[in-house]
Amino acid sequence: MNALVLLFAAAGAYGTALMFGTLGEILTEKSGNMNLGVEGIMYMGGIFGLLAPNIYETAVGAGNANHFVAILLAMLSAFAIGGLAGALFSFITVTMRANQNVTGLAMTTFGTGVAKFAGELRRLKVGGYVTLSNDLKFAFDNHFMPQFLKDIPVIGKIFFDQNEFFYMGIILAILMHLFLTKTKTGLYLRAVGESPVTADAAGINITRYKYVATIIGGGISALGGMVYTMTTAGCVWIEASISGTGWLAVALVIFCTWRPLNSIWSSILFGGLMIMYLRIIVPFFPMELYKILPYVVTIVVLVITSMRNIKDKQPPASLGLNYFREDR
Amino acid sequence: MHNAIELKNIVKRFGKVVANDGINLEINYGEILCLLGENGSGKTTLMNMLSGIYQPDEGEILKKGEQISIRSPRDAYSYGIGMIHQHYHLVDVFTAAQNIILGLEKEKMDIAAVNDKVLEICNKYGFDIDPKKKVYDMSVSQKQTIEIVKQLYRGAEILILDEPTAVLTPQETDKLFKVLRNMKKDGKAIILITHKLAEVMDVSDKVAILRKGKYVGTVNTNETNPQGLTDMMVGHAVSLNIDRPVYENPTDKLVVKDLTVIDSDGIARLDHVTFTAKTGEILGVAGIAGSGQKELLESITGLQHVSEGTIQFINPDGKGIELVGKTPIQISKIGVGMGFVPEDRLGMGLVGSMGMTYNMMLRSWKNGKGIFFKKKEPEEQANKVWKNLEVVTPSIDFPVRKMSGGNIQKVLVGREIASRPPVLLTAYAVRGLDINTSYAIYNLLTREKMNGSAVMYVGEELDVLLELCDRILVLCGGKVSGIVDARNTTKEEIGFMMTTVGGLKGGNS
Repeated sequence: MNALVLLFAAAGAYGTALMFGTLGEILTEKSGNMNLGVEGIMYMGGIFGLLAPNIYETAVGAGNANHFVAILLAMLSAFAIGGLAGALFSFITVTMRANQNVTGLAMTTFGTGVAKFAGELRRLKVGGYVTLSNDLKFAFDNHFMPQFLKDIPVIGKIFFDQNEFFYMGIILAILMHLFLTKTKTGLYLRAVGESPVTADAAGINITRYKYVATIIGGGISALGGMVYTMTTAGCVWIEASISGTGWLAVALVIFCTWRPLNSIWSSILFGGLMIMYLRIIVPFFPMELYKILPYVVTIVVLVITSMRNIKDKQPPASLGLNYFREDR
Repeated sequence: MHNAIELKNIVKRFGKVVANDGINLEINYGEILCLLGENGSGKTTLMNMLSGIYQPDEGEILKKGEQISIRSPRDAYSYGIGMIHQHYHLVDVFTAAQNIILGLEKEKMDIAAVNDKVLEICNKYGFDIDPKKKVYDMSVSQKQTIEIVKQLYRGAEILILDEPTAVLTPQETDKLFKVLRNMKKDGKAIILITHKLAEVMDVSDKVAILRKGKYVGTVNTNETNPQGLTDMMVGHAVSLNIDRPVYENPTDKLVVKDLTVIDSDGIARLDHVTFTAKTGEILGVAGIAGSGQKELLESITGLQHVSEGTIQFINPDGKGIELVGKTPIQISKIGVGMGFVPEDRLGMGLVGSMGMTYNMMLRSWKNGKGIFFKKKEPEEQANKVWKNLEVVTPSIDFPVRKMSGGNIQKVLVGREIASRPPVLLTAYAVRGLDINTSYAIYNLLTREKMNGSAVMYVGEELDVLLELCDRILVLCGGKVSGIVDARNTTKEEIGFMMTTVGGLKGGNS
């Protein structure tokens, strides 16, 4: 039991990065854009999220850095690079009408490359690991909830012994849910992703919705990369660290059936599946099989949802398709 | 007094194809105008320019005498122009009310208030929909109703309906026309795109006629008649008589006995259907939609699981081959050809991005030997279809997807007929086609018949069945209601058999 509680507590930390990556991609896909570049975007978010506080701390000197400013800079920097990637993706697919899958895959390669290049450049500059002082490291992984809450058996460890990004992710998921279901803009965005012809005929500016959703979605996904570097990876840039997380986020979007609220519990679950091989060791069971568990679960969910064919749980109808008004 | 909308000298080109060439049009408030024309005559293109989907290349649009420019659907709304397209623009996973408020800038996101306002409009004009229902649970006619209410909700005073009755039952059509008349009384200007003459005469005040992208003229409905309209529409009088020669010595070709098909719900879609199709004969199949026509054709071609009964294909030497239990490819090799025209013409049988030549090859590639294909034969075939059926396309390599609906259908039907099978099955071969092309297809079918093929023709229009076919098989609820000699029967008799098993004389199947 205790092992399981510890597993899920740790899963929450790992799952937070996934949650951001997934929420960003949900927003993007709701507009009908399938951005397979999440992996690259999270990579870039990872390094740029570290670079900003790193440069800030170098400038003011270790120990003088304001925690709040450092966190804000990390988030802004990651969001900006993700938004930029989203804008590039939109320009190539919406304006230039290139194939979304190809563009997304290219974005993954590109983003991974940019991140590794930027990381290496900074490493040479500072001469050693790109990292932060212990003071700031603590600020980024601050389990700030009061002790008596953490002491509650089982849930205390899982829900209250978490860092600030965990709660930000949950609030973001709830906000996105309200946005998509209760606001007019959210309704219009869904219309664009479901049936751009309909939205266009209704006078909705397809291009604007696709651009804005993809840019903000890219920004949110990049925050996931930042969260990964600053918490799970301990504020140190390690080239291979994020590898695979972006793809898992893409799988999670399907697992969540495109609903933000589902991303809360499912990213914790996937976080757990990802690190299970470290925590629950079964003799003679190969680690590789453990590691593919999240993907197996995704496939099973995909099969079940398409077999049941519930209309409300299908992907946005025009997902991955480009829209051109005079196309016949 | 100025017209509600006036179009002056509108021109629209798609690449090399001129879709609209100098069109003039006028409509007033409190008026129903029918826009009449054959397939591909540019009706929909013209109306798409009014609703902001396309921009005209030349010409001007005036509203109440003032020139306006409609750059987007949003512009169209602001000018009070609303179009109900042939393919409904609705989001399936939204409710009726959510669909209705799509794109409304000033509207607050207050679904309860929207629901009330929708019901108010429904009561005013006599619609019947539930604003809270999701679109994927609705019938076609209900979806159309949402489209109309959507336009009224945003205050449209000029309504354009693109072939609204194509998907409706006669009762639903009557209901729609009643609503249209209510709207006309309320001072709306209504433009109706159609090619059904009876409806034109029934509902319209004025008729504007297009022919091959050109404007022919506008007439008042009460000063014309169907014959006059047809003349204007096709340019020259169309012979009303379908040539029906008699083939000497017909022999049995397809013997169907006690064919029964039970579907997954346990309902008998076909119930002991027995008939014989003969060489040199067109056997018509009549019946209300969904009476088992689809299951019958699919059973013969091997696409449907047959629960009971036999289907014998008789060789010229008199020996029979059992078709039940064979795969579709085997059956097609034996010589049963299928020319089925679905509602979605590109969905089945044609590859949109390919030209006519390669689409012909899709049928015949199996006959080729070696690893390379030969392009010559399909090319000849494509040329033949192009010429014989007057397909409007710049070349036989022009992508099929970019042709108009009617022309796509000509390619599809032309290809099936060109493969010249001993048994040719066709369903709705002329659905949506204009009169001239329909005749071209009738003649092709008759030619196949005189060459000794057994032709089966599943059709919708009784008049055509009566003039084209030799015998007519009438289906009613999966049962054979009767088989009649098309030369000695009346429309009323068949109509009665369609609704009552056995018809007037009792079952003689």
